[in-house]
Amino acid sequence: MHLATYVGLQHAASRTLADAFRQVADGHAAEPDVHSLCHTLARMSDAHVGRLAPVADRYGEQREDEPERLHADGLSRTRSGGVGLLRDLQDLYTLASFVDITWTVLGQAAQGTRDRELLDVVDTCKTDTQRQLKWLNTRIKQAAPQALIASAATT
Amino acid sequence: MSDRIADVWGARTPHPRDTPWPVRVDTHLDASVAEEDVDRWVQSACVLCSNGCGCDIAVKDGRMVGVRGRAADTVNHGRLGPKGLYGSWQWSRTDRLTRPLVRDAGGELVECDWDTAMGRIVERSRQLLATDAGALSHAFYTSGQLFLEEYYTLGVIGKAGLGTPHMDGNTRLCTATAAAALKESFGSDGQPGSYSDIEATDAVFLFGHNMAETQTVLWMRILDRIHGPNPPRIVAVDPRMTKVAEAARSTGGVHLAPLPGTNQALMNALTREVIHEGWLDEDYVAAHTLGFDELKATVEPYTPEHAAGICRVPAEDIRRAAQIFGTCERVLSTVLQGFFQSHQATAASCAVNNLHLLRGMLGRPGCGILQMNGQPTAQNTRECGADGDLPGFRNWDNPHHVQQLADLWNVDPLIIPHWAPPTHAMQIWRYCEQGSIGLLWISGTNPAVSLPELPRIRKILGQDSLFTIVQDGFLTETARFADVVLPAALWGEKQGTFTNVNRTVHLSDKAVEPPGQARSDLDIWLDYARRMDFRDKDGAPLIKWSDPQGAFEAWKECTRGRLVDYTGLTYDKLRGGSGIPWPVNEQAPGGTDRLYTDANFPTHPDVCETYGHDLLTGGVLSAQEYRAKNPDGRAFLKAAAYVPPPESPGEDYPFALTTGRTVYHFHTRTKTGRSRQLRRAAPGVWVELSVDDAQRLGVGEGDLVRLESPRGTMQAPVRIGRGRDGVVFTPFHYGYWDQTDTDGATPGDHPRAANELTITEWDPVSKQPLYKTGAVRVTKIADAAGPSPAPTTTASAPAGPDSVPPTVGDPDADVREHPHATAPPQPPRQPEASPEQPGSAGTTTSATGSED
Repeated sequence: MHLATYVGLQHAASRTLADAFRQVADGHAAEPDVHSLCHTLARMSDAHVGRLAPVADRYGEQREDEPERLHADGLSRTRSGGVGLLRDLQDLYTLASFVDITWTVLGQAAQGTRDRELLDVVDTCKTDTQRQLKWLNTRIKQAAPQALIASAATT
Repeated sequence: MSDRIADVWGARTPHPRDTPWPVRVDTHLDASVAEEDVDRWVQSACVLCSNGCGCDIAVKDGRMVGVRGRAADTVNHGRLGPKGLYGSWQWSRTDRLTRPLVRDAGGELVECDWDTAMGRIVERSRQLLATDAGALSHAFYTSGQLFLEEYYTLGVIGKAGLGTPHMDGNTRLCTATAAAALKESFGSDGQPGSYSDIEATDAVFLFGHNMAETQTVLWMRILDRIHGPNPPRIVAVDPRMTKVAEAARSTGGVHLAPLPGTNQALMNALTREVIHEGWLDEDYVAAHTLGFDELKATVEPYTPEHAAGICRVPAEDIRRAAQIFGTCERVLSTVLQGFFQSHQATAASCAVNNLHLLRGMLGRPGCGILQMNGQPTAQNTRECGADGDLPGFRNWDNPHHVQQLADLWNVDPLIIPHWAPPTHAMQIWRYCEQGSIGLLWISGTNPAVSLPELPRIRKILGQDSLFTIVQDGFLTETARFADVVLPAALWGEKQGTFTNVNRTVHLSDKAVEPPGQARSDLDIWLDYARRMDFRDKDGAPLIKWSDPQGAFEAWKECTRGRLVDYTGLTYDKLRGGSGIPWPVNEQAPGGTDRLYTDANFPTHPDVCETYGHDLLTGGVLSAQEYRAKNPDGRAFLKAAAYVPPPESPGEDYPFALTTGRTVYHFHTRTKTGRSRQLRRAAPGVWVELSVDDAQRLGVGEGDLVRLESPRGTMQAPVRIGRGRDGVVFTPFHYGYWDQTDTDGATPGDHPRAANELTITEWDPVSKQPLYKTGAVRVTKIADAAGPSPAPTTTASAPAGPDSVPPTVGDPDADVREHPHATAPPQPPRQPEASPEQPGSAGTTTSATGSED
């Protein structure tokens, strides 16, 4: 059943997103709000990993070869300066968007199988993911003009 | 005659509930001047805290020589506090800046004429505007102590002349959370309550608000109820044993002393108790609020025991406080820095709004909310957009609001920065640090003492990439870093209006000429606008006024149809009687005592100032999401779980640090430090430790200790005080301008500014920095040479009162108090009808005070 594959996919993606938030937090520690909020949002994704664990156990996360291709990549390393911050936040946005739409996919399937536990997990976690996206969107909008127009090459 | 250094609040004039607060006229003159010698009295209001007390300035031979409270003013009924009495004019004959200064070839600040100084500014300004960065290279960091006309002019220059989003004030440090919490809950900034609620209330909750020191006259108003029959119960939330906390004990209220950084856990527990005990006004909640289910679910885990564990206060005290809130007929709440300068500031302040909404306690006498301000004109920074917001409480995310301003100013809407939230102060400093801002214009504030993490701020101010203009009355610590220093006229030396915590607008007339070549901030910015030749769409000058009254008239047009409606005010109307609270318009020609009497909130999407934020992250809601909630006129119950502060005490830094104020000083003491009485009363910095903590550290009263945080260090003598264990307090007023062993700008070998220690972090919604949570270690470095200089009259009183001589004034501190000099003034009366206009929800009308 491919639902199992997708549960595993989201389990891994949530872990990847948590790690990516932490990476950006520490890579941009000179931006205090980015530092503290990315850590807060990383803990949110950690919690999703925890919430998904019993579901993943139940379905048995499938480790087939082919689905590996489906997995979302994390961040290689963070960049520096105003434009670097912007770009890293965009990477987080992409990753969080993947997680967001994957909740939708899981939610649809959970309804199809009448899996109340999974539906409940999707319901709470999707709200959190949208919160993450909302903050990323806000912070990207704030950073964009200064980074693209005013920041010097070295910053 | 009384000594108001020793007796901070003066003589009591007690009275029962629902009767007017009696008048008491306070007068203090220079010792060499008798009352009959005064040439004239000039109407003004005090600018040494946010209370906004009406006063008259005594003038003799062209000099300010005294001050007297205005009996007719609804704010203070004649009273003044020690800062106003002893610090409002005394600085005027001291070391003022009288000529502009610029850097010479050797890097020294040298005197020059205005043409030279302004020429340098305009040259740099034009140069930077011609780069790719354009207006994004310019930033303005202003104050909460200038006048409305100055802020509005600056706002128009920044938004329609230059088009930069980088404008904020030190109000970010003092009052940003008040604005943010009001916007989140009610859709718009605008103080719901009134000071007159004190006369009618049954309980006063002071959340992180040491009112006895920060707004002494407001506290006198409460004291006169406490000393009368049927006094209100006081509930104090403060880690220190303040006079407010003492009053909580004496009135049968509660003193909750949570660990710094735990306010939200406490608020969630109070909210949960009110819900669980059924102390709700269910009809009000159903008809006038949104978000109850989410709030209920969010606070559910916060049992009194759970919160007690986080806050380290007894669970029983939480229950008792909730019971007082839940069962009193009328409750007044005030909120200040203990909440505003902590993490989760907006969430905790919204939680206060929530409690009032849950109980339907708004818009009625005695049932108010006062989200306080720290500074006298902070409200105007917010109203006029000098804090980055759009003027008139307009929503930067609403294209119609932006178009309104573009029409008003006759400019292309695209020039008005509205593509993202305005750049808050802490981010402005970050851009300066990174070099993308090349011009920083600082007016009426002293960031080299007042911002967090001073070593970093000094480094930024010293950067070659940053051209800094400082406009002030004195050569402050910050001014010593500037490229250009402009001498500014101060209070009493210029004309303008300003608005206090409860929306009361006062006119401050010019009493004397400014010293030397000093000019008002308004004149300086008008000069800049002329030299830069800012034009509107039709090629006419952008700024169409040339004096304060012209600016005020322009501002009135900007407020038309908004909650913050000034259209019914004129300078003449503000002369002679009391200050007048806005909205003032055709429906409410005498002003408005309290808002939301009809529970109709300015939350309609076409009206609101913000579409709201996620309180945890500050993520902005979109217009679509907001409209989907269909809030039209209902208030928001906004919820947030507790999260721990970014820095907590641990092994290396075992004490929680909280910084704050003393009654005798204001901000970085540029004025109060030049008053002999105030300087004598609180001559130097100190560090407060609890009795047990001092014992464990082997430290006695007056011993010199070093405080270290991960960012910096300071040293000061110890006051063994009455605070809770594990918490260290130090006042933030003290810098280096008056230290003979420094260069006047930097610590040298004797760091004593509290902000050497504080952390660069801010609340995600209001962006207010965190001065109340941090971690330090304490090390003794020398034995005492005597007791610490901390005053004995207030929260800094020693645990052992006999060990320290009492704080008193010298013989020249005489103040004449004249109780019952006249009949008390009445707050504005309710207009005939409350107009119902679609799209203008919120311009509600006043209820009369309880004095009828």
